[in-house]
Amino acid sequence: MDIVKVSGKNNKHKVLMYAISTCAWCKMAKNFLKNNHIEYEYIDVDLCSEEDKEKIRQDILKRGGHLSYPAIVIDDKIVINGFRKDKISEALEI
Amino acid sequence: MITLEKVRQRAESDAKTYGYYLHPDPDFLKDLLEGLKRNEERYGYPSCPCRLASGKFELDRDIICPCDYRDPDVQEYGACYCALYVRKDLYEGKTPILPVPERRPMEKQVRTYGTAVAQSALEKPAEKAEVTPQESAAEIKLKLWYCKQCGYVVFREEPPYICPICKAKRELFAEIKIHVDIRG
Ligand code: SF4
Repeated sequence: MDIVKVSGKNNKHKVLMYAISTCAWCKMAKNFLKNNHIEYEYIDVDLCSEEDKEKIRQDILKRGGHLSYPAIVIDDKIVINGFRKDKISEALEI
Repeated sequence: MITLEKVRQRAESDAKTYGYYLHPDPDFLKDLLEGLKRNEERYGYPSCPCRLASGKFELDRDIICPCDYRDPDVQEYGACYCALYVRKDLYEGKTPILPVPERRPMEKQVRTYGTAVAQSALEKPAEKAEVTPQESAAEIKLKLWYCKQCGYVVFREEPPYICPICKAKRELFAEIKIHVDIRG
C-alpha cells in the first residue's frame, strides 16, 4: 500500500486520509491540511491493489465511516467523510 | 486518445441539455475534467472522478458520468456528488456548494472492493471461501424498464431515479416482462 507522508508543523493529531487520485474534493482536502500545516498521511485508494482496497473498505467500515472520499481518520478513532471543513477543523482544533 | 477539451465540451453540452451549469471555479472544474479524462484512459469509460471504480463496466455502469445519481442530487442538493454539475443558484454563488452525501446504494458501493479477491474465492469453490460482499459481474440482472409517462425504455439493473426524457420519478417506471411462447 502506498502511503504518502506530508510533513507539517502541527502533528498534534494522527491524520490519515483515504482519497481518490482523481477526486477534486480530495485534492481540496489535501490542500486544506497542507495550508494549515497539518502533518498527515494519505493513501490514494484507486491506485491500491484489490487486496488493499478490501482492507481499506474494512478499515473504514470498522471505524463507523462510509465508503465515500475523502475519508479522514483522526487519531485512529473518528472518520470524517467528505471535505467537511468545519468538522475537520473542529477535530483538529484549528 | 481523448483530449481535455473534448471532455469539457461533452460536459458543457450535457449541462446545456439539462439546464445545469458546470462548477464555477475554473481550477476545481479542471481537476474534475482531468479526473474524467484519466478514468476514460485507464478504464475505457469516464467513470465518476470522485468515486472508486472497479474497472469493470457492468459494475461501474451507474457511476459513468453523467451518473445515475446526478439528476436526483442536483434536484435535492443543487449539485451532483462531485459538484461538476450544479444548479443556477449555486453557479451564481447565491447558495454555497457543499459536499453532497453519497446516494449510490451500499450494495453497489461494496461491489467495487476487492473484485480480484472475490474472483479468486470463486475459483476455489472446494475450500470454504470467505464470504465477500462482491457479486461477480455475471450475476447482475439487467431488465427492461419503461416510463409509463413518456414510453422511454431502458435496459438496466434498476430504473432511473428520474426519467431523462420527461423527468418523471422512478415510481412511474415499470418492468417490461417478455414471455416467449413457442408453439406448434
Ligand atoms: S457525480 Fe457528477 S461528476 Fe461524478 S459521475 Fe455523477 S455527474 Fe459525473
